Amino acid sequence: MTETRLETKALTRQFGALAAVQAVDFKLAIGARHALIGPNGAGKTTFINLLTGVLTPTRGRVLLGGRDITDKAQAERVKLGIARTFQINRLFRGLSVLENVCISVAERVGAAPSMFRPAGRRIDVIEESLQILQTLQLADHAHHRVAELPYGRQRLVELAIAIGQKPEVLLLDEPAAGVPNAESHIILDAIERLPDHIAVLIIDHDMDVVFRFAKRVTVMVGGAVFAEGTPREIEANPEVRAVYLGQAGDG
Amino acid sequence: MSVAAASATAAAAVSTDHPAARVLIRRHRLRLWEALPWIAAIAFYFAFPDYLGFGAELLIAILFALSLDLALGYAGIITLGHAAFFGAGAYTVGLLASYGIWTEPITSLLLAALMAAVIGFASGLVLLRTRGLTLLMLTICTMALLGEAANMAHDYTGGFDGLPSLPIAPVFGVFEFNPLYANTQYLYALAVLFLCFVFVRTLVHSPFGQSLTGIRENLLRMHAVGSPVRRRLVICYTISAALAGIAGGLWAQANAYVNLSALDLDRAATVLIVLILGGYGRLYGAFVGAVAYMVLAHFLAEVYPTAWQLGLGVLLVLIALFARNGILGLGETLWRRLAARRAAS
Repeated sequence: MTETRLETKALTRQFGALAAVQAVDFKLAIGARHALIGPNGAGKTTFINLLTGVLTPTRGRVLLGGRDITDKAQAERVKLGIARTFQINRLFRGLSVLENVCISVAERVGAAPSMFRPAGRRIDVIEESLQILQTLQLADHAHHRVAELPYGRQRLVELAIAIGQKPEVLLLDEPAAGVPNAESHIILDAIERLPDHIAVLIIDHDMDVVFRFAKRVTVMVGGAVFAEGTPREIEANPEVRAVYLGQAGDG
Repeated sequence: MSVAAASATAAAAVSTDHPAARVLIRRHRLRLWEALPWIAAIAFYFAFPDYLGFGAELLIAILFALSLDLALGYAGIITLGHAAFFGAGAYTVGLLASYGIWTEPITSLLLAALMAAVIGFASGLVLLRTRGLTLLMLTICTMALLGEAANMAHDYTGGFDGLPSLPIAPVFGVFEFNPLYANTQYLYALAVLFLCFVFVRTLVHSPFGQSLTGIRENLLRMHAVGSPVRRRLVICYTISAALAGIAGGLWAQANAYVNLSALDLDRAATVLIVLILGGYGRLYGAFVGAVAYMVLAHFLAEVYPTAWQLGLGVLLVLIALFARNGILGLGETLWRRLAARRAAS
């Protein structure tokens, strides 16, 4: 097995009596292409929020590269290399595509607190941002306001902002959600071109996305890990088929 | 990302030529038209020597609106209590002068800024944990508390009557404030406005300003890219408060009095109207809005002395319905359409 990048130990989060995430032991290897699937309400998004520090766990630990980060705030975890995208776009809609990425890059390189130097003089920030857009084939749209882009391209901007953080762990929450089928290949291609060393965790319902991309799959049901294995094993697992894959059209 | 780094150096020459990059690289540069407001202000001085009192009032209104623009227009901090800081500045100058403690105008302004900044920082630490309507109500509360404190301390502040006939020392020990001929007041206010404007302009074009825009556009995403959002907002609010305090201090010096109207809801609402009228988040919205408001109020008051605010209300409704980005926003839209039509033909 390859070395572990991100790990959870008995991670639990309760909302009152409801255990949204229940004693989850999970490992994400360096350079992983891992998918997290499960029916609605399985606790996938809560799990992501625990990994990124949006929520604090009721019990259990989160480790990054062997280091305990359970008590670190969201911003600190970002600095340590955990970036994410959102299921529903969270973009700077009134700004240009390039500026969206610049804001992210400026935070990462520590340019953002500076008050008396024009942002336009930080050529390094602008260049790096353009570079990211080029690798995502978004450079032609760099000057458009995000709100003017078709939804599929907006999803790419979502990804570009996360890449601007130069993450070691990238959490993608339904990256192709809401994108028409004709456009979804743009996103999937972009995800496939991500640098190998980044550990990627995709949360998705779309089995085509999962099986095209993932080398490993974890199935969550009712807040707990139900099964884990290669896509082939998961597909063949009769219990998984019963609770999940069989439920056709589950949102 | 060593591969990306290597290709970045290779593509470096190409990329800054990209139109989107050029927009960002050039955004902070001075345009020729930016000299216009200052030329107009100097022309006003020579053209209307009898109206310099009114002119000084206008310049102070611009500065106050500019301070609000930084918080509301750029960082998206919804506030209806900005007069708290205007009042804090005005009373700082007023109390110091009235009791003969300190009358030198420039240092008084700095003290006014400091006092307003301290109140802005302290209240911001608490207030800026909230958003939207809650924040709006809390800003009004803060202002009301300060107003009531000033009212209750009438032994010192003069309460409702305020502090009249403040002795203000001459600027640089030479230029006296004359209540009848407001030459000094006008030029002094213009100089202060100019310095504050240069400061705000620098700030909004900096990476810090860019991050404020990011917070306005999507707060949650800013958290997700590792931005210390609360700290940025508190810093911005504190700076904005300091600028409002300078405006208040100027107002006290120019009029040689302070009263409770410096920190009441009426003043807070007026500055908001000024900014919305001109267009927020645009730097020059404060200028356009203040001029439009003052001229309009003057004109309407002449035509309908009893009900002039009605006309203002109707105008605000129209702005809210058809020109959300104020007069400047309307101009930008028209300009863009014109450019598009020209490009098409």
